[in-house]
This record gives sequence, structure tokens and C-alpha cells, in this order.
Amino acid sequence: MSAVTIERPAAGRARTAVRPVRFRRVLLAETTKFRTIRSTWICLALGLVLLGLFGSIGAFTYDGGGAGVTDGPPGIAGRPLDAVSLAVMGLSFASLVFGVFGVLSTAGEYSTGTIRSTLAAVPKRLPVLWAKAILAGGAVFVLAAAGVFAAFLIGSVGLDGEAIAVSLGDDGVLRSLLGAAAYLALVAVFGVALGALLRSPAGGIAALVSVLLILPGLAMLLPDSWYDALNPYFPSNAGGAAYALTETADRLPPGEGLAVFAGWVALTLAAAAFRLKRTDV
Amino acid sequence: MIEARELTKRYGDKTVVDRLSFTVRPGEVTGFLGPNGAGKSTTMRMVLGLDAPTGGSVTVNGRSYAGHDAPLHEIGALLEAKSVHPGRSAVGHLTALAQTHGIGRGRVDEVIDLAGLQSVAHKRVGAFSLGMGQRLGIAAALLGDPAVVMLDEPVNGLDPEGVLWIRNLLSQLAAEGRAVLLSSHLMSETAQIADHLVIIGRGRLLADTTVEAFVRETGTGAVRVASDEAARLRTLLAGPEVTVSASNDTELLVTGIGAREIGRVALRHGVPLHELTPLGASLEEAFMDLTTDELEYRSAPAEGRSAR
Repeated sequence: MSAVTIERPAAGRARTAVRPVRFRRVLLAETTKFRTIRSTWICLALGLVLLGLFGSIGAFTYDGGGAGVTDGPPGIAGRPLDAVSLAVMGLSFASLVFGVFGVLSTAGEYSTGTIRSTLAAVPKRLPVLWAKAILAGGAVFVLAAAGVFAAFLIGSVGLDGEAIAVSLGDDGVLRSLLGAAAYLALVAVFGVALGALLRSPAGGIAALVSVLLILPGLAMLLPDSWYDALNPYFPSNAGGAAYALTETADRLPPGEGLAVFAGWVALTLAAAAFRLKRTDV
Repeated sequence: MIEARELTKRYGDKTVVDRLSFTVRPGEVTGFLGPNGAGKSTTMRMVLGLDAPTGGSVTVNGRSYAGHDAPLHEIGALLEAKSVHPGRSAVGHLTALAQTHGIGRGRVDEVIDLAGLQSVAHKRVGAFSLGMGQRLGIAAALLGDPAVVMLDEPVNGLDPEGVLWIRNLLSQLAAEGRAVLLSSHLMSETAQIADHLVIIGRGRLLADTTVEAFVRETGTGAVRVASDEAARLRTLLAGPEVTVSASNDTELLVTGIGAREIGRVALRHGVPLHELTPLGASLEEAFMDLTTDELEYRSAPAEGRSAR
């Protein structure tokens, strides 16, 4: 905490107390940056509403003996319905919103020129990326957990008496809901990494959508044996395993699924760190 | 103090800054001059470590920029006008910068007052005029109470009142013992503020000199002086290198001695002046002569990065 002392003839005016740049100070500064732009609040609120609203509506419109299969968003399409998959009905929309939030936090610095002010203040550069990843991931985890738990609890009222109704205490329920929040938090970090890597909001968002939503579809073009072997490891499929209530043969176990997705995110973040450290801004 | 040694930057086969060496000393204002595309902004970005030099080195107060624990205390810079998120307020932007260095809220308010931004401090920066954007950039540059102040074309977009403000501010900063580097492509304007000149063209050093020496050497430094005691001043100024011609009873046209020195002589002898004007147009011509072979762009369009 010691103030840096640099001797200088400051002609009779009190010198400003200035302290060395430390990670906790960068973290605080990045918190201020998140707080002071509107897109943060819009993205976070929208993500929360999508999760809560879609999830609870899903439960209330569930008609028991129905098809038993959703044609909903990728990741849970074609699976038997259960109370958890209803609660996370809004998840793939929310994942885009939270991912975009991550992308904007880094790519937005380049498109607006803020990055020059930022890196002039923190010339070691990497602390800025870590701080953004921690803050985006942390904020989204908390909000996403609130969203899916709210959706699940509200949904329980709608599902009261249905065969698929489960309670929080039942096997795997808590794990799935927390898995959904962890997946969304990692998607936000993925956005942070893509934004820093591509340095353009449009590019980052396009990459995000491609990887999460389009890649699994394109993979269908692969030969069957390849597809079966690789499919579980695609980012959104691996992540999907983390919040599925029941394990199936074509999916990784929840813990592994989350770890594989985290690996993809870590890889992208490492590439972003390399580019941030090495190239001119 | 900024020391550049053989500083070089190449983009592909294009050399933007070419073995540039210069020093910006404490206590004086150094004007960094060159036509558009001469490499001024690239040099300034290398000073801040935003661009890595292809060759050579540049240090701020004896160390590379990234080697400092609290870089904003070493050098404060205004690069391009708006390096601020348009959705953020001036206060938000400055607070975030201040927090990286543990600088208190009081200092944020201080630089906002200093830059005259009180009335717009909480407005979104996107709604700022060019001049207000410049003022915010200068506020950010001064935030860390830096030993060196580096401003890239600070008077761009400022109204006359703002230009005057910058001039006084820079003189004051230099008087406080800080090193001040000020880039511009306008010679006449710079000559009024700067003590020292570093002139570059196509990334190469063309002149590293004082304003007075530049004026003297280029032989264009006529100064118009108006005084009710013109005749007396004329005798006071007389010297081997000085030529004085009078156009009427109260006005003199002096060459061979700078406006600064004329002012001192007049003060010393209690001669009241009501005009003391370095004739900028001719300074501008001398500058044009010096850089004309080095012009990156005459009428051909700028290409890519080299435009910086």
C-alpha cells in the first residue's frame, strides 16, 4: 500500500497520492467500468428475465400427457422432458445474451478506443483480461443461478401433481440447476475471450453464435462414426451435459461435460491473452 | 523525461518511424512537429508501450513504460481525442482510471474542475463536442499528477478560449518542473507555446533545436512589436544580429531576436508594449521548406495504417 514516491519539484502544490497498480485495483476499476455502461444492465436484466420467464412459462404450459419431447432450443432438443429441462427452457437464449455481454466488455473497448486508456493505466495488460473474465463470470453465475432457481421454484407450482414434478432435494436437481448457472457463467467468460481475441463486437458475436449454435448443426455433416465420437465434446454439447438432469449414453457425465466446456473456454482465453500481450493496440 | 534512442517502427516494408532519437526534458515544453503521417502519433504510442518498437528503445523517466509500478504517475497522455466509451460519463471514465492507481475521488473532481467539465461531468461522453472530448482527455492525462505530460494535437477542436487555456496550462505544467511534449502540425501555433522543437518528417528527425534557434537559423523570425516608445525600444534592441525596421511611429519589425527576448528587454527597461507578435506565417513557411521533401501525402490518398 505504500505510495510511490517520485521526487519532483511540484511548485508548492500538494502531490496526489498515487499507488502502484495491483490486481485488486484493476478489479475495482473494471467493476466501475461494468457499472458505468448501460449495456451491462440491459444484458444482465434481459438474461435474467429470459431465464425466469421462459422457464416458468414452460412449466405452466406443460400438459402432462403431451408429446414428451421438446422441439426447443439445441442442447435439450429431442430429449424427454423433465422438470429441470423445463426450468432451463430459456437457457440457450440467455446464453446468447450473456455471451454478448462478455463480448461487448472486451471488444467494446477496441471499437470505442477505450482500450488505449485502459492499457496506458495497466501496461502489464493481462490483469485487465483476468479481471474482466472474473467479473463477467461471477456476475452471470449469480444472476443465472437466481434465474434458474426462480424458474424451477415457480415452475414447481405449475407442475404440481404432474408425473415429472421433482423437488430441489431430489437426486441431481440441485446439481443440474447449479450446472446451468456454471455453464452460463463460462459462456460469459467465453464471450470475454472471443471479444479480446477478435477485437470487434460484430466478429465476437458472430463467433459466439457460430460456436454455440451453428457448430453442433454443421457437425451432422461429419461421417456417423466421427460424429458419434466428437459430438459430445463440442462446446455447447459438453456444456449441455452439465445441466441435464439425467445422464444419457450420447452425452458426457455432468462433471466431465462442464470440464470439457471449461477447457474450450480456457483455450480461447489463452489465445486472447497471447494476442493481448503480444500485439499493438 | 522521455528519451528515445534509435526508435524505429515498421509495418511490413513501410518504415513509419526511422531511427528517431530525441529527449524531452523536465521544465520545458517540447513541440513535436511534423506533417500528417510523419510518425508523431506512432512515436507517442510507442512511448506508452501501446505499440512495440521494431527497433531501438524509448524510456520514460529512465525506464520502459511497462516497467513502472504506477505509470500514470510517470506520464499522462492524451492520444486520440475520444479514447473513452461513449456510453460512459466523464466521472465514470476518470474514476475507473483513478482506481487502477488507488487515486482518490477527490483528485477526480479536481481534474474535472481543472478541465472545466463540471457541468457535463455526469453526461454521457458520446454527447460531448470535440472540444469537451479533448478537455476530458487532458483531465485524464493529469489525473496521476504525472512528471511528464504528453499531448497529441491537444488544440484540435478547441475554441479560442480553449486554445488559450491549453497554452497557459502547458506553461504552468512546465514551470512546475514537468516535462511537456506537445505534438502539432502547425508551426506558428507551436512556436508560441514551446521552448524546444523536435521536427520530424517521414519518421526521421529533421531538426532538434530550440524555438529561438530555429527562428534565427531559418532567418524568418520577424517579430512585430508595437509600443508608444518605439524609438527607445529600437535603440535598446540594437545589436549585431538584430535588424529593426519601422513601418510607423509605434510599430517595429524586428528580426534576429525572438519575441521572448524582446519581451524581456522591454520589461527590463520598463517599455510598455501593446503588441508582440512572432510573424507566424513566415515560421510556417520555414517549416514547410524543411518538411516539404518529407511530405508523406501531397494529394495522393492515405493508405492504411501509415495515415497515423
